[in-house]
Amino acid sequence: MAVNLSDDLPMRGARSDVVADAVDQPSRSPNPPAIAARLESLWGEAPGFKGWLGTVDHKTIGLRYIVTAFVFLIVGGLEALTMRLQLAQPNAHVLTPEQYNQLFSMHGVTMIFLYALPVLSGFSNYLWPLILGSRDMAFPRLNALSYWLFLAAGLFLYVSFPMGAAPDGGWFNYVPRSSQEYSPGPNIDVYCLGLIFLGISTTVGAANFVVTLLRMRAPGMSINRVPIIVWGTLTASVANLFAVPALSVACLMLWLDRNYGTHFFDVAGGGQPLLWQHLFWMFGHPWVYAIVLPAMGLVSDALPVHCRRPLVGYTPVAMSTVATMVIGFGVWLHHMFATGVPVLALSFFSAASFIITIPSAVAVFAWIATIHTGRVKLTTPFLFFAGFVLLFVIGGVSGVLTASLALDWQLTDTYFVVAHLHYVLLGINVFPVIGAIYHWFPKFTGRMMSERLGRWTFGVMFVGFNLAFFPMHWLGLAGMPRRVYTYAPQMGWGPANLVISIGAFLFASGIVLFLINVVQGLRRGAIAGPNPWDGPTLEWSVPSPPPVYNFAVLPQVASRHPLWEDRLQESDQRSVFDRGFLLDNGRETLGVTPLDGEPDVILKMPGDSLLPVALTVALLVFFCALLVHINWLSVASGLACLAILAAWFWPTPDTVATEQVRMYE
Amino acid sequence: MMKPRLASVLAAACGLAGCVDHPMSYLSGAAGPASAPVQTLAWGFVGIAIGVVVIIAVMISWAVVSGRRATRREGDVVHRDAHGLGWIYWGIGITVPVLVAMTMWSFAVTREVSARPAGPALQVEVTGHLWWWELRYPDATPGNIFSTANEMVIPTGMPVRLDLTSADVIHDFWVPKLGPKIDVIPGQQTHAWLQADRPGTYLGQCAEYCGLEHARMGIRVVALAPAQFAAWQQAMRAPAVATAGHGAQVFATACSSCHTVRGTQAGGILGPELTHLALRSTLAAGALPNTRQGRLDWVGNPQAVKPGAQMPDIPLSPADLSAVVDYLGELR
Repeated sequence: MAVNLSDDLPMRGARSDVVADAVDQPSRSPNPPAIAARLESLWGEAPGFKGWLGTVDHKTIGLRYIVTAFVFLIVGGLEALTMRLQLAQPNAHVLTPEQYNQLFSMHGVTMIFLYALPVLSGFSNYLWPLILGSRDMAFPRLNALSYWLFLAAGLFLYVSFPMGAAPDGGWFNYVPRSSQEYSPGPNIDVYCLGLIFLGISTTVGAANFVVTLLRMRAPGMSINRVPIIVWGTLTASVANLFAVPALSVACLMLWLDRNYGTHFFDVAGGGQPLLWQHLFWMFGHPWVYAIVLPAMGLVSDALPVHCRRPLVGYTPVAMSTVATMVIGFGVWLHHMFATGVPVLALSFFSAASFIITIPSAVAVFAWIATIHTGRVKLTTPFLFFAGFVLLFVIGGVSGVLTASLALDWQLTDTYFVVAHLHYVLLGINVFPVIGAIYHWFPKFTGRMMSERLGRWTFGVMFVGFNLAFFPMHWLGLAGMPRRVYTYAPQMGWGPANLVISIGAFLFASGIVLFLINVVQGLRRGAIAGPNPWDGPTLEWSVPSPPPVYNFAVLPQVASRHPLWEDRLQESDQRSVFDRGFLLDNGRETLGVTPLDGEPDVILKMPGDSLLPVALTVALLVFFCALLVHINWLSVASGLACLAILAAWFWPTPDTVATEQVRMYE
Repeated sequence: MMKPRLASVLAAACGLAGCVDHPMSYLSGAAGPASAPVQTLAWGFVGIAIGVVVIIAVMISWAVVSGRRATRREGDVVHRDAHGLGWIYWGIGITVPVLVAMTMWSFAVTREVSARPAGPALQVEVTGHLWWWELRYPDATPGNIFSTANEMVIPTGMPVRLDLTSADVIHDFWVPKLGPKIDVIPGQQTHAWLQADRPGTYLGQCAEYCGLEHARMGIRVVALAPAQFAAWQQAMRAPAVATAGHGAQVFATACSSCHTVRGTQAGGILGPELTHLALRSTLAAGALPNTRQGRLDWVGNPQAVKPGAQMPDIPLSPADLSAVVDYLGELR
């Protein structure tokens, strides 16, 4: 790329004007040395490898989620680039059909399951306790477990890749293509077991978020004061609790069909191939919203900071988040418009698919209004968020086209849908995520990323993205089907495909610039201070990076924008930072009432634990044994799981009915 | 149907976009009542979509400009501006009627293209295979029933009713210029209809991922004037004119366990029926032209032409290969 990095050393123009003198200001949340030392000794993890494996700090887990998800994003991206080499010209022979099929399947599985949700879980894990004013998530060990399971399931899904036997049925894995008869290798068993495995991670993570929202907030953080990211992740988590079982059950049924001769999907035995599609999309469509709503929440919270005003329409945006998901459970059949289901039934799903546009439109107009009525700072996060709004709209209107039953009979399974889904998933997930990393990087690391390189990154990514994916709309309208490893020259799809491949590599170089910016920021970024962007929410009230216990004194919240109250002047009440609960009698935090956020109980929090890692290893052995049919080992590892769970749930004796509560004045 | 003026404007736009050269495009050249209303709908919706994106892009740009102006005017101050919610009310107020109108239009077109046509129709039974199409023309008289593969011949101006099923995995029958997609599912029958009002060759392709050679599972629909179609039908009903040379012997030993040639002993049902193979224009679901060279390449080394295809490489001496290829060329 034509970016001269040596011109862009930090401390010299790298700091944006927003940083101002924030570095020198103390954090709003007090952190007196004596108390800090005591809390540090209570909350800090054990030194060395044991502490590294056993940590339950939500911030460490959140960052591990983000980093791991990015590694999977890069792996999935390399798979995509390989496919683009094959498709750049008609009748190319870069890849064999089998290689292509495994690559597009693993690309989908990787991006959708191993990148898109985990990266958002990472942000929520890191940010939730900080923005809600708590010291940790509700179940810290469960939190660690959900990360380790995600990592193990991700590795498991790649276990057969080096042998050339990766899942090759697409991320949607339709039967009977994926039945034993037509796919006898280990490919599909890896898919089935891997997704059941990953489903455990998603489920425990979702349960943790739901309980955390209900109980783990600062006093006064009532439900109508939580930031939109909380609404987004909460909605996604509740949805996942209902959606993931459909996939896990479908995968279990298929695995039984393949290995133990059941007939759930087997036509010869009276089974129904379409049952798979129903179960898969009952999961699949809510999942699509689960991997965009938290990202929309990131934008709803971070964009207003760069527009120097609160978000326009907090309540409509929060409600539309929930409404999207409720309707999102009633549109799954629009993935099956061509399956011959009666037109009357399909029409309901077509209508619901049109209606789901409305809550999305509420959010779009809220963001545009926020920009229009604010005082815009053209920072890198702002560029990513503003770019995201346009990509969101392009992905949204192409989605409206596919909602039409008659038109979708032409559009479905063409590159038009490939264009649509990439505008949605990259536009609404990757662009907000990169913007959010620029926004929260100073909180994560205490250092700023380079604004100048950031603007280049945005420009290259935005141009590359549109070059790579916009022509796909046209390609779909020109009749190119999806999931084809090649195409004939007389179809006339060659030139557009070449442009797309060039765009894909340009987009990838934008990602490389971003990674360079991260490394540079980590090593030489300007010191950020507690609140470099002058943000309004609680995470900016603590030092950067935050201490392991987050808040030495738990804040009391009086509004949605605790750090902007003096300037907004919307009420006489003020959030209180410099006095409040000082819970230092062991690892403690506060439990509040679910709706109003009134102080309720003092929660004794668990410390470092090797149980999550141990359970993950036992489960990994269990699933590997199932995959290769070593029965004694699956029984043994299953018993090991039960033993670890027994240790996990062993009652702790130190619960007390009353306790001296220390306040900090 | 489209108004003539609109049609000519669209055709001009299409020419600019270069889509006249795209045999699978459904933005141009819709050839019958099962595809033409959708083509109009596609142009209409694409137009609305472009309009919406342009309007929103202008709004975003305008918002950024005015937001920057406010920064210059007021400096870095935080306050709430009271007018923000109006954007949401107006935005939704305008979006909803547009959306309702699009829904109604979509429903009207859906009804138009999914309703069964009145009057007599040709019936064709389509069976999807890995990776080719079996086409059976049923008839009340058993002797008039015949099968062919990968090239569906239909009369112009007459609705064609398709009854579809699959012999193995899920496929999808799709000829964009003639009608909608329809999945082809084992264990059940799906239905669709299509119609060509103009003679010509219309290309299609399997649209549901079905494994290794999904990319090369083509279908051709050839629409003939009714009189020519009747002649073709007559020719197809007749058994093959059996030739008794060396090629026929090679075919009988090497090919007949999978392929049928009516009028001979060959009665295999695993592969496509070859009774009138020489009348078809392509081989292997569109992978090769049906020329002597094409037949040599395909019969001589099918796994090189279409890796993973169900037809195995059959070891034949050059003389045997040449003879059987000549025999196949005589199957008119």
